[in-house]
Amino acid sequence: MRVEMFTFLLAGAICLGGALGVVLLKNPVHNALSLVATLFGVAVLFVNQGAYFLAAIQVIVYAGAIVILFLFVIMLLGVDRETDEGREPLVAQRPLAVATGLAILGLSLVALLSAGQRATGDKADLAPLNQPGPDINHLAEVLFTRYVYAFEITAVLLTVAVVGAVVLSKRTNEPLIDLDEFPEGTVVDVRRRADDAKAQDEVDADAEVVAVPDTEGDPQEGGDD
Amino acid sequence: MSNPLSDLLRSYLAVGLFASLGFILVGLLLFLSWLVRPSRPQAQKYISYESGVDPVGDMWSQSQVRYYIFALLFVMFDVEAVFIFPWATRVELYGVFGLVEMLVFIGILLLGLVYAWRKGVLRWA
Repeated sequence: MRVEMFTFLLAGAICLGGALGVVLLKNPVHNALSLVATLFGVAVLFVNQGAYFLAAIQVIVYAGAIVILFLFVIMLLGVDRETDEGREPLVAQRPLAVATGLAILGLSLVALLSAGQRATGDKADLAPLNQPGPDINHLAEVLFTRYVYAFEITAVLLTVAVVGAVVLSKRTNEPLIDLDEFPEGTVVDVRRRADDAKAQDEVDADAEVVAVPDTEGDPQEGGDD
Repeated sequence: MSNPLSDLLRSYLAVGLFASLGFILVGLLLFLSWLVRPSRPQAQKYISYESGVDPVGDMWSQSQVRYYIFALLFVMFDVEAVFIFPWATRVELYGVFGLVEMLVFIGILLLGLVYAWRKGVLRWA
């Protein structure tokens, strides 16, 4: 058996096994670790195709960083909570998932069977990447010519993600809405004024309590003993 | 082999050998220990180990959202490195245009880091 075919079958089996683990295992942490196996399998497939840079990126970014991000989210949500398997957040999500999976499978089969040997021919979008030589150089050529806007927009996308995460996770002591900005006479403004008056009354009450002269700390107390 | 891909894969023969050797070694050691060890199951042996004292609370606990921020910042600069590598291998080919594009890219990404820094989420307090 040729080495490529053997590697392809082995990596494909690892990919499929990991994907099944992602879907079937009950513990979310095990799901994330199964995803690592799938991503490693894809990296081996990249090596099999001679795309060494992509293989390295696959391991460093996806298996190394993205899955860690997934794990942090899982730990953040708390895996100890018993998830109710019967409850479906989306209506009819299971039949829809089956239908979508079958549709994608059918489309893939049609593309494979009808296109024959030229499923990824020279006219495909990936043609510039399929030249002989290191794939890292071809990637850079496409990146700085045809996809230069997409390249810059990627930076914007990542920045937006970071800003969004910071905004959502920042714990503020101030109220999220500045109540002073509401115009006078609205319901919120009337309620705010009532709250302010109540708070002011409490402060006054506290001040009166403090203002009462205390008689317990008298110097006579220690004299009798 | 006449196929050039096969020549490339032949250089990965060492990787394959090391990987299979690793699997064989681990499997062999696990098999040996299974063969030799006595089996006396006790309930105490299944408690998670916590420095010798009985563990307190559950094994899983909810982590803080700060970890997510740091992981996201790590992913951001990981992706930045991914895009810098192809540029850096052929810097002279792309010249001033490539340099400007890369500086704009890094500048936009730095905005996110500066925002996180100014908002104080990088401070672990």
